[in-house]
Amino acid sequence: MKIQKTYRLSFVVLLLILVACFILNISLGSVSIPFSATFEVLFGGTLKNQSWEYIIWNYRIPKAFTAILVGSGLALSGLLMQTLFRNPLAGPFVLGISSGASLGAALLIMGSTLFSGVLSFGLINDISLVVASSLGSFMVLLAVIGIAAKVKDTMALLIIGLMFGSITTAIVSVLSYFTNAEKLQQFIYWSFGSLGNLSWSQLSVLGSIVAIGILIGSISIKALNAFLLGENYARSLGVDLNKSRYLIIIATGLLAGSITAFAGPIAFIGLAVPHLTRQLFSTTDHKILIPAVLIYGAMLMLLCDTAAQVPNSASVLPINAITSILGAPVVIWLLVKMRRMVF
Amino acid sequence: MTEHLNIVLEVENLVIGYNGVAIAKNINFKLAKGELNAVIGINGIGKSTLLRTLGNLQPKLAGSICISEKQLENFSAIDLATKLSLVLTESIASKNMSVLELISLGRQPYTNWIGTLTANDKEKINGAVEMLSLKDLQHKKCFELSDGQLQRALIARAIAQDTDIILLDEPTTHLDLYHKARILKVLKSIAHKTGKTIVFTTHEIEMAIQLCDTLFLLDSEKNYFGKPDELIRAKVFEKLFPAETVSFDAATGSFRINT
Repeated sequence: MKIQKTYRLSFVVLLLILVACFILNISLGSVSIPFSATFEVLFGGTLKNQSWEYIIWNYRIPKAFTAILVGSGLALSGLLMQTLFRNPLAGPFVLGISSGASLGAALLIMGSTLFSGVLSFGLINDISLVVASSLGSFMVLLAVIGIAAKVKDTMALLIIGLMFGSITTAIVSVLSYFTNAEKLQQFIYWSFGSLGNLSWSQLSVLGSIVAIGILIGSISIKALNAFLLGENYARSLGVDLNKSRYLIIIATGLLAGSITAFAGPIAFIGLAVPHLTRQLFSTTDHKILIPAVLIYGAMLMLLCDTAAQVPNSASVLPINAITSILGAPVVIWLLVKMRRMVF
Repeated sequence: MTEHLNIVLEVENLVIGYNGVAIAKNINFKLAKGELNAVIGINGIGKSTLLRTLGNLQPKLAGSICISEKQLENFSAIDLATKLSLVLTESIASKNMSVLELISLGRQPYTNWIGTLTANDKEKINGAVEMLSLKDLQHKKCFELSDGQLQRALIARAIAQDTDIILLDEPTTHLDLYHKARILKVLKSIAHKTGKTIVFTTHEIEMAIQLCDTLFLLDSEKNYFGKPDELIRAKVFEKLFPAETVSFDAATGSFRINT
């Protein structure tokens, strides 16, 4: 009798699909580059057409890696939150972490007109934007952690997270109302989400943070599994409740905060991927679910990005719109098909 | 002296309650290895609070709880997890897990950092499956189970945790007469065969009188502890409910409704 299934075959198949998605993502884009050329560049060859090589190395491959990091990271943070809050509708947005990042970005972009006398930022570049949105998400995260120490009930914490989201959204609305059109446009572009603006060095920063998130998630596997029974049972199994809750919240904050900072608010990946993964892997064991959502999230993000860049045309659709258009029906379909969202 | 060595759970002058407000005091009992004990009493008297206090889910207000001669509060979380397991009334958070996954979680205090099951763990899990006759249900998801089946799965999880003491909070509520009797019979055979000390709260006083080794009657101020026949002779059941509605028949060990 097999007690712990390993799902080895499913993982091999998923990884192969992921590689296929990666190659597909790189081979398609606004400039038409033949498949064979893409392969040659990927396997270390040099091309006669220098600009193709440049596009692939400095634009498409970083973007594909960004998609992988963003997809895996958001999916993992969604899984962690669904288990921690024992709520199938939890995702990185629910704790208000993404809203916090939006607030940070909004204050930087639009606040500079309001407080121009006091704070003259002068220039708003990528780095200051990343710093501001990271700070925003961590401020909300710290507030949530502070409240988590007082509120033992995770459902209450979830609602507090939603309220934080409402407050930040309201502040952003007020800022938008008073700001000028140019700044508003800049903020709206950030809120569309974008995977394409990261340099290799920014990518390595994002990669390290996602790696830390994955590491914390992995050492919390047993606690996560115990949380599936409820907090009292988890405690009776020897789980240190406070330590595990903080670790999981920190991992979620790092993942969602840094990703939102670098790539903008990207909706539905965190919520939908864990549910899609549970369709394929009929288990609740996080030892299986964590690697599965990482691969699944990366795959889905690569596909969304491929769809967003509209092959062979110069237009790039907002990635946030694509993930919502694909993600929302998935959630509705799950609800209708399963009658309820299990986790 | 030998009797003393077999005492697994010893409670002395325990006061229980919430936020400093006592709801029951003078709680004293000693349970030996392999004993089946029921905590009985009227609604709201604090049976669940007692069980939650014994299970370290909430702090005691005063008195002492000793497990194998060591104070409850001196156990680390992980050590306590190998001494004491729980079956609670709250439903499990994720009903999407299979019965086998549920039971396997009982092995958590013993597994490595990632939760890999060793041959010994699998043996314990299979043993628990056998003991609760869950062989045919083991691959079902928890949301597919009936109340009685889920209760058996939860008990199997506690068995797999392999602790000296198992605490169960109202394991027979929502079950029909047959399933109530079945669960209690299983508990009795577990206690007697595996030497585990089992404490459960229940409203099934008549069944508890028939099946349990000892009973603890919680009556907030003055509580009674002893073997069922001792308690019957002490006429403690007569006072349990208002006499104009329900009376106790000592000869049959059952209650009669007075019309």
